[in-house]
Amino acid sequence: MTEQQALFKYCVRLGDNALIQSYRLAEWCSNAPMLEEDLALTNMALDMTGRAQMLLQYAGSISGEGQTSDDLAYRRSEPEYRNNLISELPDNDFAFVMVKQMFTSTFEYFLYLALMESSDKTLAAIAAKSVKEARYHMAHTSDWVVRLGDGTGESNRRAQEAVNALWPYTGELFETDDVDRLLQEKGVAANLEQIQIWWRQYVIETIPAAKLELPSDDYQHTGGRIGVHTEYLGHILSEMQYLQRAYPDAKW
Amino acid sequence: MEQRDDALVQSTMQSAFDRKMEQDMPIEPKDEMPEGYRKHLIRQMSQHAHSEVIGMQPEGNWITRAPSLRARQILLAKIQDECGHGLYLYSAAETLGISRAEMTEQLHTGKAKYSNIFNYPALNWADVGAIGWLVDGAAIVNQVSLQRTSYGPYSRAMVRICKEESFHQRQGYEIMSKMMCGTVAQREMAQDAMNRWWWPSLMMFGPHDSESPHTGDAFRWKIKRQSNDELRAKFIDKTVQQADVIGLTVPDKDLRWNEARGHYDHGPINWQEFYKVIGGYGPCNVQRIAHHKKVHSDGAWVRAAAEAYMTKQKLIA
Repeated sequence: MTEQQALFKYCVRLGDNALIQSYRLAEWCSNAPMLEEDLALTNMALDMTGRAQMLLQYAGSISGEGQTSDDLAYRRSEPEYRNNLISELPDNDFAFVMVKQMFTSTFEYFLYLALMESSDKTLAAIAAKSVKEARYHMAHTSDWVVRLGDGTGESNRRAQEAVNALWPYTGELFETDDVDRLLQEKGVAANLEQIQIWWRQYVIETIPAAKLELPSDDYQHTGGRIGVHTEYLGHILSEMQYLQRAYPDAKW
Repeated sequence: MEQRDDALVQSTMQSAFDRKMEQDMPIEPKDEMPEGYRKHLIRQMSQHAHSEVIGMQPEGNWITRAPSLRARQILLAKIQDECGHGLYLYSAAETLGISRAEMTEQLHTGKAKYSNIFNYPALNWADVGAIGWLVDGAAIVNQVSLQRTSYGPYSRAMVRICKEESFHQRQGYEIMSKMMCGTVAQREMAQDAMNRWWWPSLMMFGPHDSESPHTGDAFRWKIKRQSNDELRAKFIDKTVQQADVIGLTVPDKDLRWNEARGHYDHGPINWQEFYKVIGGYGPCNVQRIAHHKKVHSDGAWVRAAAEAYMTKQKLIA
């Protein structure tokens, strides 16, 4: 694997995470418990769609095959996606989306903070923009996790159920493969071991502050890095890609 | 004696209000105002707010299927604006002494209405374009006029909202023009959307001037400055030309430029359909309200949690 190939895969991975998360967040449009949260959730969706566009555009520019960001977003099949499984999971309720986004936004905040120092200038520039968004997403969702955990009996129960259901999908965020290793040596990619330490520290402080508990069972799902996804991704793609697939000659 | 005092207060209040009206000065929340004026505004402003919020549904229907990243971004930004307008208008209406919870309750019981146009379905991607171009285009004509409405908070809300609405109209028109420059299937979708949205858009201006029951008070109180038919004509004149530029056919065989009037003449509007849909028998009336009720009730535990948390924090502090 050349550095260029690794960089392509790395950008696709980051871009896919933003793309699939933004899809799930956009589903909250006109479905949130209050208008303020409808705005907040679709705002996150908007940030992440923008991020997906930048990262996939950059990926397309280094692949040598000249794909556009839309080609990559809308014309690949399930096994070609490299997002983490956690971003595909459907949101059962408001507690689920808040806990999920707290986990992933905290990860992204530390990830992009590190990537601001990347030797790849484009990636560093995208990271500089993304870290500001992720900081806001992390703060907003953490506030809600605390509010729900320390709110009523029902909200605490729902938040705890979300933590239990999502915890087994958090380990994958930090999986390191050949792509990471090759790019880390060149100073391009972030060190995920270090990010995991920061992430854990933040989460370990936030969860008890929300009167919630972390599960003791440490079983973790895996598969996103090699394109083996949950059953949910296929449904996301069949909806998201519908127009691009049904009218392949059309320009939108 | 007391009765005479009351009468005196009433007449002083009425004259302060009338004076402001005469001088074209805005009425502000703390000003005295006739009960009828307040009620009229609550009805109109809450209906306006509800329309913004219910309007998120037909467009939201296409967010997950938006055909490009750019299209998804634009649509998300647009629906966010609508949501923001809703919030802004609810706050403006609250200055009249009604709460958002009460307004929501009135929406659910059917006491308060929302724009009839959102009882029509968004069936293909071009509908997203048609909603932006035609529906928001019609709304802008109304809202530009409302920038000069007599109630200060409402008029200021309109100034801000109009800026965003013109972006919406442009994005809608862009979708339509792109599709009209596209494949046969895309052009068919665009024309299909045009056919379905044109007439309901004309109905958005309400009944003809001779038929509109609220026109009298609304004019006297300077809430409304231009009549339904005047506003409708403005909309038709600008939109027919825009349709022509991109090759869309306006689905009205009677449409003709009338040199003498300086406006287009149009065919008869199907008011029977209008009243049927207002009466609850449009394609999506039940669906829209059922959705709003369900989301509101599903979210009750979240709102309760937020309140409980806030109460605990106050006790600690």
